[in-house]
Amino acid sequence: MKDSPYTNTSRGGFNRREFLRGSGAAAAATALANGATAVAEAAESSDTIPLYGPGLTKITLNVNGQDRQVQVEPRMSLLEVLRNQLQLTGAKPVSVDGSSGASSVWIDDKLASANTVLALTCVGRKVRTVESLGGHKLDAVPTAFLHEDGMQCGFCTPGFVVAVRAFLDKYPNATEAEIRQGLNGNLCRCGTYANVIQACLEVVKGGVRG
Amino acid sequence: MAEYSWPKQGTAALLGSEQDRIDGVDKATGAAKYSYDVVLDRMLIAKALGCPHAHCKVKSIDVSAAKKVPGVVSIHLFIDPKDEKKSEIKWQGDPIACVAAETEGAAAEGVAAIEVAYEVLEHFVNEEFLAAAERAGRVGKAGVNVELENEPSENEDEDAFVEKELKRLYDESAAVVEGYYGIHAITHMCLEPHGSTCAWQGDKLTAHLSTQSVSGTAGQFASPLSMTADDVTVHCDFIGGGFGSKFQADEWGVACAKIAKETGRPVKLMLDRDLELKVAGCRPSGFVKVKVGADKDGVVKVWDSTQWGTGGDRGAAVDEKQIPYVFNPPNRRRSAVRVSTNTGPTRAWRAPNHPQACAISQTAYDDVAAKLGIDSYDVFLRNLPSVANKKADVYAAEMEIAAKLMDWKAKWHPHGKGPAEGSIVSGLGMAIHTWGGGAVAGSCTVKVHPDGGVETFAGSQDLGTGTRTVMAMVVAETFGLPLSAVKVNIGSSKYPQANPSGGSITVGSVSETHRRASQDALAKITALVGEKLGVDGAALVARDGRIYVDGSPDKGVTWAQACSLLGMNALEVRGEYAPSSKRSPLSSSGVGGVQMAEVAVDRATGVVKMKKFVAVQDMGLVINRQTAKSQMYGGVIMGIAYALFEERIMDPATGGFVNSQIADYRLPRLGDIGEIVLEIYEPESEYSRGVVGLGEPPVISPGAAISNAVANALGVRVPVLPITPMRVFDALERVPKMA
Repeated sequence: MKDSPYTNTSRGGFNRREFLRGSGAAAAATALANGATAVAEAAESSDTIPLYGPGLTKITLNVNGQDRQVQVEPRMSLLEVLRNQLQLTGAKPVSVDGSSGASSVWIDDKLASANTVLALTCVGRKVRTVESLGGHKLDAVPTAFLHEDGMQCGFCTPGFVVAVRAFLDKYPNATEAEIRQGLNGNLCRCGTYANVIQACLEVVKGGVRG
Repeated sequence: MAEYSWPKQGTAALLGSEQDRIDGVDKATGAAKYSYDVVLDRMLIAKALGCPHAHCKVKSIDVSAAKKVPGVVSIHLFIDPKDEKKSEIKWQGDPIACVAAETEGAAAEGVAAIEVAYEVLEHFVNEEFLAAAERAGRVGKAGVNVELENEPSENEDEDAFVEKELKRLYDESAAVVEGYYGIHAITHMCLEPHGSTCAWQGDKLTAHLSTQSVSGTAGQFASPLSMTADDVTVHCDFIGGGFGSKFQADEWGVACAKIAKETGRPVKLMLDRDLELKVAGCRPSGFVKVKVGADKDGVVKVWDSTQWGTGGDRGAAVDEKQIPYVFNPPNRRRSAVRVSTNTGPTRAWRAPNHPQACAISQTAYDDVAAKLGIDSYDVFLRNLPSVANKKADVYAAEMEIAAKLMDWKAKWHPHGKGPAEGSIVSGLGMAIHTWGGGAVAGSCTVKVHPDGGVETFAGSQDLGTGTRTVMAMVVAETFGLPLSAVKVNIGSSKYPQANPSGGSITVGSVSETHRRASQDALAKITALVGEKLGVDGAALVARDGRIYVDGSPDKGVTWAQACSLLGMNALEVRGEYAPSSKRSPLSSSGVGGVQMAEVAVDRATGVVKMKKFVAVQDMGLVINRQTAKSQMYGGVIMGIAYALFEERIMDPATGGFVNSQIADYRLPRLGDIGEIVLEIYEPESEYSRGVVGLGEPPVISPGAAISNAVANALGVRVPVLPITPMRVFDALERVPKMA
């Protein structure tokens, strides 16, 4: 393991700007579109920032209110790091481009697909996952999903729960018509949509923080 | 041996009620661990390379560059270019190699660095055009099935008689409809792709496999690894969708285990999305040319159909004996040919054969109604005497309920004659279906601890149907305990052998074994309590957490006191079930089901929108009303998916599967489903049949019901599903779609 690039945190012969312009450009652009990050902004404005990769670099991510040390390659998505290093597997890998909504998380309180965001760009930001809605005080949204059976196989459910929480935070008095219009970013194969609508209505009825 | 039975209808504490699923919080908060979520220490991540060509020979594979990619640890080849037979690839995506690496990125980079030389061969992928398939030599021999009321006279030529008889029947028909109907292949699209995480401890393998068959897959790992199944543990706590496609360990599962053995490290190999869609299962397409003759009331007297479709390389097609679906008109000739295509192989897809058979035949029944200008409801009703499953009364009762819920009579208008709002026209359609869903052999262990704790063990799995909760409800009902008192252990092949989950057999099977085991366990416990109380154990009942003399709740003990009589050791009772010729008092087989659709079609845009959908379903005795309804919602929504949205789109020029990513493979979203109204039909005559599965039935009728509703709105049949805007335009312009 000692000679592996995966334990080598020193710089590689890799230019950060080239990286952003090259193979990682699309992903970096997505990250930028999701809100400029300290790392990405610095890369555009300064030559003094550290270069990362191509091997592993130790960084700290703030996830669910805790600082967590992880080792990332520049190409690693937030989803990969959450799942493989932090054992936070609620967010799921379903699509390559976020079109399923299954990897929904919050980054600085904004909804994002964790598989379209590079982990490095999350340094200094607050990442929140579906797991933050569980624990001893269950949030009203997963509670409503339980009562209305807004799940079957359940693989889409954590992403849906996050999307519903985010939607109802923004529109706490959403009507059924608004719910049907506003939650089309998440894909379910088993056909739980009817129950998810009922779960949303239950949360609205009971007050968003239930 | 005790007489097994269910409580009389209306007397159960839990059965038939709506219960939250016992693993619901774990699923809703991300705590539930799927096979994809298993992360083990020092685990490698493997990714597979799929063949880019639909038909080719692999001439050589060079992995030297891939081996040099930093982080790549091991490479496994699925194809041997030197083996003449095994080097031929017959569909795009067929795995060629896989790369195990330290990270996902390194594995992907390794896959990209593999250099493969191919000799590209001729392909054929578009089976809808039968003439093209014939030209390409891809059509198999026709199977023909003829059933006529009259028989040829002694010396008459049989073929000539059939032709003469069919001609006579059509001549005598009040209405003759000649139609073309079809339904394209779709994929399973499990959101959790196929795959596993494999780890070795010495010579023992643990495979965390995403599977519908926890009890049936250990041997599939063992045999190719030259070991025996006792050294393999298959584990699956949660599975992210199966729908009939996850009964196998698969070659990539075995490869995962091999790499884990070779590297001495755990390996995770899940298919990427596009390989998942290309190789891990699809449903055969079905197309049919039909001539149907009916009397003036719309009762079908004669049916003649030629049918084709594909299940991939080996052909396969929708079973012609299922045509026309559910109905058995007195005179039928049905032929089918199988078209071989360079497309991924089929796997069982929720209610194999039935959704396609329904979609390509009950549409013809609706066109009979259109031709005669009769209400479609009346045509379906008048044809019920010919249903093959002897459920005409059940269908009639369910049709009446469905029509009320849909307000059918008030909304009905003859085909194409409804009022238009601007460019938008509305329509109604219906269909009926059938399925078996009987229990199969299996076992479980119910364990009662001396402190009153109760747990069960079964090598079963919960596909999302709510199996865990069903097991807990059956045991809790039997012991008179709250649902939370029962711990359910499933998902390991080391637990008692249980059924694979497919064909709606699970709820019957696990209800059989768990009711039997818990009734036997209760008999032992009541015997001990009876001895203590000085009464006959048979006079005792278990209710509300107590065991007491029936009718005298004071004469009894608590559940915990009763269990303490077991002494030092827990009571373990095995529950066994095997179907026999004798009817079981606990379960049964065979259901009906009626569905009605109301759609709005925009003639200007070709877009079809769901307005309302009604599903009425019998399923014998209902265990958990909540998850039963969820199965019905799910079936209906999956039906809306294949009726209006999803299809596997193959490029005839390259043989490529062009929409194998989520963004391109259209499925309904939350806003696309309209209003769905459900009714479970459970009179005493159904309840007394015991448990019957219902995973498959509700997914069968939506294709025909929605197609019929679109035809009713437009006055023109859109013949092929899914009904996309382009196909609506084609139908409105009467563009001939046939080759």
